[in-house]
Amino acid sequence: MAQHQVNYASSAGLPIALTSVDKLVNWGRSNSLWPLTYGLACCAIEMMASGASRYDFDRMGTIFRASPRQADVMILAGTLSKKHSEFARRLYDQMTEPKWVISMGSCANTGGMFNTYATVQGVDRIIPVDIYLPGCAPRPETLQYALMMLQKKIRRESANMNNNTKSNLRLV
Amino acid sequence: MRKYTPKDNVQGKAYYTDRFWVAPRVPRLDVEAESHFADVVKALGRKAKESYVEIGQLVVHIKATENFNVLKILKESCGYTQCSEQSAVDYLAKDGEFELFYQLLNISEAKRVRVVCRIKEGEAIESVQPLFKSANFAEREMFDMFGIKVNNHPFLKRILMPDDWEGHPLLKTYPMIGDEFASWYEVDKIFGKEYRDVIGPENRDPARIDRYDTKRFSRVGYEVPFGADISEGEIENPIEYSETVLVDYTKNSSKQLDERR
Repeated sequence: MAQHQVNYASSAGLPIALTSVDKLVNWGRSNSLWPLTYGLACCAIEMMASGASRYDFDRMGTIFRASPRQADVMILAGTLSKKHSEFARRLYDQMTEPKWVISMGSCANTGGMFNTYATVQGVDRIIPVDIYLPGCAPRPETLQYALMMLQKKIRRESANMNNNTKSNLRLV
Repeated sequence: MRKYTPKDNVQGKAYYTDRFWVAPRVPRLDVEAESHFADVVKALGRKAKESYVEIGQLVVHIKATENFNVLKILKESCGYTQCSEQSAVDYLAKDGEFELFYQLLNISEAKRVRVVCRIKEGEAIESVQPLFKSANFAEREMFDMFGIKVNNHPFLKRILMPDDWEGHPLLKTYPMIGDEFASWYEVDKIFGKEYRDVIGPENRDPARIDRYDTKRFSRVGYEVPFGADISEGEIENPIEYSETVLVDYTKNSSKQLDERR
C-alpha cells in the first residue's frame, strides 16, 4: 500500500474549505444534471448527437436517464402533440424535486410551424419551462449552451427551493 | 390592388386564385380492348358503373353497397392481392357525399386499380378487412378522420387522434387550427376546465409582439429596463450617433482640380 504524507500547511493549505450550504448543494446539483431521454421529433437527433462522443455531455456530468424517477432535467426535444401532452405532464410529475425543464426547438417553444389542431402551441402551456432554446433544429452546441445556462441558473438558486424568487433566478 | 378576402376560414376559400390559371386535367383514356384492364372490367361486368384509365391506372366507379363483392372479384379472379391504400375524400360541400377509394395492386402484372364509390353523409360502408388485412388500419383511419362508420369492422376505434377527441379533422368543415374543443384539449385533460383562465388561450399568431411586455420583447429605439412598467409610455431615449467622422471634408487638406491634367 502506498504511503502518502500530505503536508497540508505547504501544498494546498489547511484541509478546511469554507463555503455555504447553498454553494455546496448547487455545486452538486449543477454538475450532475441528469436529463430524461425525451426525444419527441427531429430535435431528438440533435439531442442524441449532443450526448454522443463528439459533443460528449458526460464530461459535464450530464448523463441521459431513461426513467423520470432518476432525472433532474426534462429536455423536451420536438413537437408535442395534444394526444401526448397528458403523458408529458405525467412524466414531469414523476420526476423528483428539484427539477428543471429545457424546451428545445421551435416546436416545443411555440408549436413552431405546426399551427394545427393537433399540436400543443408551446409546452409552457402544460409544463413550467426554465430555458427556451430556439432553433429548428438547434445544433448540439446550442443545446450545450442551454445546459450551461441552466447550470448558471441553478448556481444562483437557493438550496431551499422555497426561497427562490423570480429575481434571483433571472439570468443576466 | 388585390381584392381583400376574409381569412378566418382558410379552408373555405383559397387566399388567392389566379384568373388565368387553368387547372391541369389528367386525361381519361378508354380501356383498350384485349388489354389486362379490359379483362378486369369484363370480370366485374355490370358492377362497374364507369371505368377509364388514368396515368396507366384503371379507375372503376361502383355502387357503395357492392364494394365487398367487387374487391373480392378483383382479388380472387384478377390477381389484385394488395390493398395499398383506402380512404375517403370530403365532397360534402359540393355534392353532399364522400368519395371512398380503394387502391389495389397486382404484383404479378404490375398493374394498379382504383375502385371508387360514393356514400352520403351518415351512411356506413361494409368492411373489406376479411379480404385485405391492411384495410383494418386504413378503415380505422378513415373513421377517425372523416367519421365514416364501417360495418363489421373487427375493432372500429380512433387510430390517430385520442379516443376522447371530438370532431373529425379531415372534414373540410373542420378548422385547420382546431375548434374550441381542440384548442383547450390539453388544458382540460391535464388541469381541468377551471384552469382555462389561468393558462389562457393559445397564441396562434407567430408574429405576436406585446408592446408592454418588457420581459420578453424589446422596444426598438428605446432603452427599456428588464421588467419595467411602460404602460404610461416609455422614457424617450433616442439613438445617438457618433460625432467623430472618419474623414473630415471640411478641412482643405485635399486639392480640387479645376481642369484636367
